[in-house]
Amino acid sequence: MDVRDGLVVKGVRFRDHEVVGDILELAARYAAEGADELVFYDITASPEGRGVDRRWIERIGRLLDIPFCVAGGIRSIAEAEAVLAAGAEKISVNSPALAQPQLIDDLARRFGSQCVVVGIDSQTFEGRYEVYQFTGDPTKTRSTARATLDWVREVQTRGAGEIVLNCMSSDGVRHGYDLPQLQAVRAICDVPLIASGGAGTMAHFTAVFKAAQVDGALAASVFHKGLIAITDLKRQLAADGIPVRPPEGNSP
Amino acid sequence: MSFASGTVALIDNGGANVASVVHALERLGVQAERTASPERIAAADRVILPGVGAAADAMARLQASGLDRLIPTLRQPLLGICLGMQLLFSSSAEGDVDCLQLLHGRAQRFPTGGLPVPHMGWNELRLLKPSPLLAGLKDGDYAYFVHSYALPITADTLASADYGGEFTAIAARDNFYGAQFHPERSARVGSILIANFLRLPAGGH
Repeated sequence: MDVRDGLVVKGVRFRDHEVVGDILELAARYAAEGADELVFYDITASPEGRGVDRRWIERIGRLLDIPFCVAGGIRSIAEAEAVLAAGAEKISVNSPALAQPQLIDDLARRFGSQCVVVGIDSQTFEGRYEVYQFTGDPTKTRSTARATLDWVREVQTRGAGEIVLNCMSSDGVRHGYDLPQLQAVRAICDVPLIASGGAGTMAHFTAVFKAAQVDGALAASVFHKGLIAITDLKRQLAADGIPVRPPEGNSP
Repeated sequence: MSFASGTVALIDNGGANVASVVHALERLGVQAERTASPERIAAADRVILPGVGAAADAMARLQASGLDRLIPTLRQPLLGICLGMQLLFSSSAEGDVDCLQLLHGRAQRFPTGGLPVPHMGWNELRLLKPSPLLAGLKDGDYAYFVHSYALPITADTLASADYGGEFTAIAARDNFYGAQFHPERSARVGSILIANFLRLPAGGH
């Protein structure tokens, strides 16, 4: 869920965000429907140069009985500590880790790798996968000129416990996950890898688990728009032979 | 839901998941006291030892506060969660440290080169021994795990999970109970386990 001012928003290809609902209501609904984990991105945090607003994290922490991760402008041990103390399982760093890669080492040493997710926004640029930065704000989004595969290797060496790879050209357009890119990253990724960007049908989820052996698949717009119900999706994945936690009887 | 659970002391040993355990207890209508005071812990009807981080650091913190000597003397039900469970065992390869030695076994790192480590995500439980802690749980129930070290199956294992091999998911000896997974983040299954713990006879202290 992309969060701006306590509301959940969703853009297309990271732009033109529209409000899709109240954060607590949506979180409760997705947990009740069988989501295995929720990720909250404070999309305004990094571009405006401020830290995450933590009041909603505490409310989410009281509500949810499934794991959740918070991303957005976490630049220091102290900011990470406050987010974790509010009840988040994991913190995800993206732009601040690019600006200051040592942050990953520091966070992993202080909280353990299992807490430290590195989010990577990537798309093809002149024939190779490149890492992008400040993707929450279209006017500030830019390439870092870093090769995605190099960055994936580096963040693991520095102690990342999980990588969320968001394939930007697929994001919000619902044409399927970027399987070639995810396969390339999977081949060099020894920590859990989460696919993000592009889910449009239930078959896209099956395909990404089978073709790229990802550990999880993240999606937003198909759920926000009611195009796919999580309950149906999990039944379909199970029918396709992918091990999933069954949807029944897990509501908070 | 409410329990005649008496007082619950949540040992605040510097780990990051204390708040989520507090919230999980609140969802069951139980107000726990976060404390590192040996007197408050000794006086509680139940004790929870949460833990996220590295075994050697956590043992050093328990030693610094004297809790490494107090915990083995407790007679009320105690539940260790994640690293808190591992600390109840004999030792850990994580920093090669002796632990509290209330349960028997040594935590070992998951072998690398196969599945991603840390083991992070939902996994199925296999129930091996009957226990009041497992009431209402069944084989194949999913729980949420986050760990890089694991206990093998030992005489104290009540339930296992499989991640490139079987390991201890739930264990107990006497009044000392432990869950390798995070019941506070394991939806209905976790809530059942915590509720079972709160219903265990309080015992003497």
